[in-house]
Order: sequence, then C-alpha cells, then structure tokens
Amino acid sequence: MMILETDRLSIAFGGVRAVDDVNIAVEAGQVFSIIGPNGSGKTTLFNLVSGIYTPNNGSIKLAGKSATGLAPDELARRGLSRTFQNLQIFYRMSVLENVMVGRHRHERTGILADLLYLPSVAQQNETSAKAARTALARVGLADLANRAASSLSYGALKRLEIARALATEPILLLLDEPAAGCNPVETQEIDTVIRSIVKEGITVVLVEHDMRLVMNISDRIHVLASGRTLAEGTPEQVRSNPAVIQAYLGIHGSQEAARAFD
Amino acid sequence: MSLRSWLEIRLLPPMVVAAVFICVPWFFPSAYYYRIGALVFIFALAVAGLNLLMGFAGQVSLGHAGFLGIGAYSVAIGPAHFGVPSWLCLFAGAALSAAVAFVVGRPILRLKGHYLAVATLGFGLLVAIVLTNEAGLTGGPDGMTVPRLTLLGWGVRGSDVWYWIAGTTFLGGFVLALNLMESPTGRALQAIHDSEVAALTLGVDVARKKLTIFIISAVYASVAGSYLALFNGHITPDAAGFLRSIELVAMVVLGGMGSILGSLVGAGLLVVLPQALTIFHEYEQALLGLILIVFMIFLRRGIVPSVAAIFAGWRK
Repeated sequence: MMILETDRLSIAFGGVRAVDDVNIAVEAGQVFSIIGPNGSGKTTLFNLVSGIYTPNNGSIKLAGKSATGLAPDELARRGLSRTFQNLQIFYRMSVLENVMVGRHRHERTGILADLLYLPSVAQQNETSAKAARTALARVGLADLANRAASSLSYGALKRLEIARALATEPILLLLDEPAAGCNPVETQEIDTVIRSIVKEGITVVLVEHDMRLVMNISDRIHVLASGRTLAEGTPEQVRSNPAVIQAYLGIHGSQEAARAFD
Repeated sequence: MSLRSWLEIRLLPPMVVAAVFICVPWFFPSAYYYRIGALVFIFALAVAGLNLLMGFAGQVSLGHAGFLGIGAYSVAIGPAHFGVPSWLCLFAGAALSAAVAFVVGRPILRLKGHYLAVATLGFGLLVAIVLTNEAGLTGGPDGMTVPRLTLLGWGVRGSDVWYWIAGTTFLGGFVLALNLMESPTGRALQAIHDSEVAALTLGVDVARKKLTIFIISAVYASVAGSYLALFNGHITPDAAGFLRSIELVAMVVLGGMGSILGSLVGAGLLVVLPQALTIFHEYEQALLGLILIVFMIFLRRGIVPSVAAIFAGWRK
C-alpha cells in the first residue's frame, strides 16, 4: 500500500520553480530518502507534503486519501508528523513537556475542565506523561526527561524532535536532515533510532545529506535537482547513476571522479 | 509532576498570596490603604489575564484596556439606562467582552509580533473612541456615575469590603490561571509561544487555541473593569484608553512574563509607587520612569522570574 503519493506536485516562489512536477510514491513500511544538492527543493517538498505550503499545482495523497491543501494540524491528526532541519524546540518547556505536546491530538479534556483542573485533567496529564516517557525512551532520552529543553546538546535536541513526532503516533514520519551537524557517534544513534521506528511499522521519509546514512538505511532514494526529479531507485541504482554523480559534483567534478575510479 | 514540585508550583504561591492578602490589613493605618489594596488586586486581575495571553501564549495586546472599558461601562450603562441589576451587568459585560474578543480575535490573531501589536492597539483606540462619542449612552468624555453594587439587598460599600472582594476574586483568577498552565491547553499555548509551526505539525489547532486564550484574557480584563467602575463609582473613557493599555503591558513585563504571581507584583508596584512618590511633587513621574528603567536593567526577565532565578542559584 502507498502511504504517500504526490502527483505532478509544483510550487513556485516569485518565478523560481522550487518544486516542479515531482511525483513520489512511498510504500508503507519503507525508508524513502530524498536527496539532492543544496537548493534542489528537498525541504520545500517536505513543507508541501506537511501542509506548511500549499502547492500551486498537483496533488498529495496520504494513505490513499486526498490531502492536498490540508493544514499541518489536520495532517497531523491524520497521522503525518515531521521534524525540522533548523530545530523547532519549545525552549521554555522541559524535555518531557516538549514530548507531551506531541500527545496533544490524543488529549481529550475541554477548556473548562482545564481551567478547573478537574480529576480528568490530572488523569490526562498522567496518561500523556507516560506516553511521552515511552517516546523518550525510544530515542534514548528517558534519563533527561525532567531537564530543561534548553540545556540539551544539539544531538540530543535532534532526537527530542523525533521523540516529539513519535508521540503523535504517526503512520508517516518526515525527518528533515536528522543527522545534520551531528558527529559520527550521534549519526550512528540516529541510524539506530530510524531502524527501530521502521521496525514498528512507521513509514519514514528522510531528507539527508549524510550519504553513508542514506545509502545504509534507505529502501528507495529519490534524487532532486533544481526542483525536478533527476532519478529514483534503490541505493545501488542511484549510486551508479551518472546524472546523479554529475548533479552532486558538477561536470568537471564528475570527470575527476570518473578518472579517479578508473 | 512530583509531589514536591506540585506543592511548590500549584499550592505554595496561592497560599502565600492568600496569607499576605489576609494578614496585610492588620498593618493598615487607615481606610485609605484598603483603597490602594483593592486597586492593586483589581489591576492584578486584569494583568493576570493579559499575562496568560502575552507571557504565556506569546501574543501581545496593546488594546486590552478596551475590554476593561467594556466591563466598566457595562455596569455603568446597564443599571442607569436599562434598570438591570449591577451584578447581572458584570456577567453580561464579561459575556460581551468574550463575544467581542471572539469577533475581533479571529482576524487579528493571524498577525504576528509588531503587526498584532498595532492591530490590537487599533482595537483599544476604537473602543475608547466609541465610549467618548456615544455621549447619550456613556456621558461622553466626562464619563458617568456608576450606581453602587447591591447584592441580595445589601449595598456593597467601603474600601475594606472592596478589598476583600477584589482580593478573593484575584485569588480565584490566580488559581484558574495556574490550573490552565498545567493542563493540555496550557502546554499547547506554551508551545505556540516558542514555535507555532512545530505546534501545528504536532496537531495543535493554533488559531483556535490563540482565540481561546484571547477570550479568557478579555474576560479577566472585563471583570476587573466592572470592579473598577463599581468601586470608584465613576467611570470615564480613559479606563479604555491607550495609556491604560500600556500600563497593563508594563505591569505584565515588570512583574514577569509568564508569572501570574509576577502580575500581582507588577500591578502592586505600579499602583503603589505613584502614590508613594507624590511626596516628590513635580518629580513624581520622572522618578517613576527612572525606577522602571532600573528595575528592567537589573531584573530583566521581570521581578518574580529574576528573583526566583537568583534564589535557585543560591540553593545549588
């Protein structure tokens, strides 16, 4: 079954076609990576799929149902969650509270109950905290639950965003450069986390520059260049595609690379 | 939440405020001090509501005195022109403020930062202008007298009685605000303050949450406005004016954004200081300004959060 499909998805900003006629089809349970040089439209594609931008053209389907033009919170309630390339942490809150916000779509108390702190609210808080702790444990941050989010290291914050997204219980998780700025140890931790997420049946769409991580973990790779699809295939197919090498290294660089491989 | 932090966060501040509220009158040398005390609690109520919006959800309002004005004129116009009892007008005023906040909030809460500030500023000016110009109903720039509050045949009069009413109401508003902070709605609001886009992608209906807190803060201001009018027995459009709105914002920031206890401290300081500084005659305003500047330089996160941080540093 296809979890995510886009059909001729396009958006332009002031004449620049940031995403142009992109078709992707993500099968359930896979790790689907989107790669491409800087400015090739990867994050823009994420913003389209997660409802932050509305496409000029084309359509999006989430789990077989049309999801074109839906707001991010509606998409979240349908099971799509994401992380951000530039961290979007709730810095005023504790680590646990950050993840508890991820439980929002499962929380059922009304505003009057909240104001009066009825027993249902206390119970809800407990349930949410418990689920949030489980999510934190999945990314290895259980010990830091009561710390202020602002006191965490960069690598830990990256994992905090993943825990927060997991707490929503998504069917599809979009990870925007989860390993960017991470050292090799932190990158290895992210690799482990992604594998465990997929094992639980959550589909992962990954934008990432760390080629070793992408090649290791992906079932399929979609390559963008200047907003258009350049290639798609398994890691082996993409790795040996001359057009991909050229896009990454330029004509001159790819000639150099070809010479080096000879 | 652990038992200890529950005691510290949920129970201790209201208990301390309640203790101070009950004990302080023993030291009042004259009825005049009851008057000041009542004013502190009335403003603290409005400031607590505004703090929920500003310090907590991160949405600024430079027109909050507009709601103060709606509450104040409800208890003035209702009994005078329509013969409705004052207490009923207080509730009607709160409902009207909520309705106005709903209508006004929907379009303007989409704006952010300075743009939201200017839009709310416009709202406050609008209310003040209507109150000034509808002279037939409101008495125009000279204002109007407000009939005394009567509850079950008992005429509410005297600064001491208003001290107890205002203080008790503030305590109630204080507890409700603390409750809200610890609830799912509270977490969603704090999330909106730090990153709207992240809150959205986690399924928080940001627009609705902002509107909810805007309405709640409007009701706080409206009740405070009604009290102010009933207590003073006279009301002018200045109650809804720009300066009053700025004063409320200053109280929030001075006491501490996101600290409801800070709202009481901020309101207390800005009500008491001008009274205390009258001995300096013409230098009063200048000194007040100077003191505010010094406070903000040395306690830049506002009085209560800054002092709390200093104490937390000592404990380590």
